[in-house]
Amino acid sequence: MSPSRIQLTGVSKHWGATTAVDDISFDVAPGQFVILLGPSGCGKSTTLRMIAGLEEASQGTIHIGERDVTRASPGDRGLSMVFQSYALFPHLNVAENILFGLRSRRVPRAERDKRLAHVAKLVDLAPYLARKPANLSGGQRQRVALARAIVSEHPICLMDEPLSNLDARLRADMRREIKALQRRLNMTVIYVTHDQVEAMSMGDRVILMQHGRIVQDGTPSELYNQPASAFAASFIGSPAMNLLPLVALDSAAVIDGDTTPVAPLEAAGGKLGVRPEDIELRADHEPGVAAHIVSEEYLGADTVVHAAVGNHVLRVRLAGRPVLAEKKSYRLYWASAKAHLFAENGLRLEHLAPRAFTAAQRSVSRPPLVGSFQH
Amino acid sequence: MTLTAHRKLQLYGALLLLPAALLLGLFAYLPTISTVIQSLFLPGFRGAPPEFVGLDNYRYLFEDPKFWLVARNNLIYALGTIPTSMALSLAMALLVNRQLPGRGLVRMAYFTPTILPMIAAANIWMFFYAPQIGLFNKLLGAFGLGGMNWLGDPGVALYSIIVMSVWKEAGFFMLFYLAALQAIPPELKEAADLEGTSRWRFFWRVTFPLLMPTTLFVLINALINAVRVVDHLFILTKGGPNNATNLLLYYVYENAFAFFDRTTAATITVVILLVLAVVATLKFTLLDRRTHYQ
Ligand SMILES: Nc1ncnc2c1ncn2[C@@H]1O[C@H](COP(=O)(O)OP(=O)(O)OP(=O)(O)O)[C@@H](O)[C@H]1O
Ligand SMILES: [Mg+2]
Repeated sequence: MSPSRIQLTGVSKHWGATTAVDDISFDVAPGQFVILLGPSGCGKSTTLRMIAGLEEASQGTIHIGERDVTRASPGDRGLSMVFQSYALFPHLNVAENILFGLRSRRVPRAERDKRLAHVAKLVDLAPYLARKPANLSGGQRQRVALARAIVSEHPICLMDEPLSNLDARLRADMRREIKALQRRLNMTVIYVTHDQVEAMSMGDRVILMQHGRIVQDGTPSELYNQPASAFAASFIGSPAMNLLPLVALDSAAVIDGDTTPVAPLEAAGGKLGVRPEDIELRADHEPGVAAHIVSEEYLGADTVVHAAVGNHVLRVRLAGRPVLAEKKSYRLYWASAKAHLFAENGLRLEHLAPRAFTAAQRSVSRPPLVGSFQH
Repeated sequence: MTLTAHRKLQLYGALLLLPAALLLGLFAYLPTISTVIQSLFLPGFRGAPPEFVGLDNYRYLFEDPKFWLVARNNLIYALGTIPTSMALSLAMALLVNRQLPGRGLVRMAYFTPTILPMIAAANIWMFFYAPQIGLFNKLLGAFGLGGMNWLGDPGVALYSIIVMSVWKEAGFFMLFYLAALQAIPPELKEAADLEGTSRWRFFWRVTFPLLMPTTLFVLINALINAVRVVDHLFILTKGGPNNATNLLLYYVYENAFAFFDRTTAATITVVILLVLAVVATLKFTLLDRRTHYQ
């Protein structure tokens, strides 16, 4: 078995009464780029630190390769880590920082120099080797931290929000660089983030966590296309998926406050999820749910329109800058395959399919409510 | 003439500075200057004006074997207290910086000698050192060993004073080291742990260099204390026996207020100031350059 396979079995971490990580199991294949994703405080860092050996697991076992490392010391696990704060030694220059670990491991000098030159070139740090971290930009410090992890030539690299201290543009560049490095060196990476863009763009696989548990474990497209719960649905994608409470009306479920059937009756009480980018805005006589425009946000490439349906407001993402009339009635249309149904407890309703809109549905509409005789 | 805004601002700044400058000048610089002047004159007898004698006072002082004895005592005292109290304070700080049960209690215990006024501390040690009923001699007696005259034996007294000074100072210096240790981000240790760095190596490669500014600060304080602290001599030995524990500042006090020889007192004071100035200059030029300040 490869020494870079990582296996967690029933791992938990308790601090007194608080449970930071609750019975987590997963298996990372060699060369995989795995993202631990989740909101703040969900136990991502704790999970990573238990793999690194900086925190001891309260329950469960951790295997790296074939070895049980649950109680092994951090230096004995054959992995490196990039910290959010970079954890550079402020009194040592860049070269000394990068070589710190090799010197601890008594790697001979010639070998050290060779690796330093190689890594410095790899992450573009060659001109800065004599500088102290205080005299580097944030991005350069990030590279030093990365270089320190790479130079050890461990097959596994753990990263805890390594890009969160960088500005948006630099972050985008570094995302690509880290991903390219990982591919090139064939490293196994576990990468912690709460940024779903990082997760979607970098991960081969995303493990979504909430309250110390795994909510969903799959590829980015699985998380996007088949969210396992309402939480997963709202966490992935920007702007977030619309989640609308469903109520029973006659023989079907409708959006709370509306009359157009959108799901089978059994879905009532749960939620309907539709992504803003999957919704089309159509003229009033076409199939779909009735809506009127509340406001719009122009973002350049697209516009996020807020449209009221029943008692709720949906986000609709439209390309460019459409010309919309505020008072006019519209229809919101989505392909039934693009809609998701979630039960009252938030879990995905696998056995139910959302209803498709048909033109005939218009005739089913109920008599108008008092006060809406305008048209 | 109208004041420009810039001038006004300068005046404002000067006025803000004035109280501090006034106090510093009045109570630090003026006495220093008058001491230097005093050390260059011999007092006149019966109302005659003081006589300028140049550096004669210094020549007499350097020819006085008692001055050299006291200076040598002070050197031994400095060499005995400074490295020991610093090493001890660092060791204690490292110990209580770790997660250990009853940490607060241990920290307080280490710090207690510092809060105690020197006079009170000296009184406690008086009891430890007392020849017949003293704690140390009782303990030695319990092991069947003969007691010592801790403060009465000229060969031992200075070292007894040193031990008590170390006890008093280490807790104080520990506080600085503890504060500095807590300012070191814990990730540094974690990053080192991931590379299998030994504790020993981490201390010498990371902790110690990062503590260097504190070490310098503590060193200067310890140096100043080595010539500054005299309170315990009043209680414990009064400089005796036979000047075996006489230190420079106590000698200044003796000259000024026991022998009423203000001139000699002023001369010794100037010598002390010069030595301290040299030490401070060395610190700022040599050590600062090798120190990493965050
Ligand atoms: N040393 C500790 N002692 C007690 N509780 C802790 C400790 N470290 C973390 N926790 C708790 O464990 C939970 C998970 O923390 P963790 O740091 O893993 O969150 P996270 O998912 O990394 O969040 P973030 O995105 O904010 O970094 C939190 O509720 C936190 O308060
Ligand atoms: Mg975290």
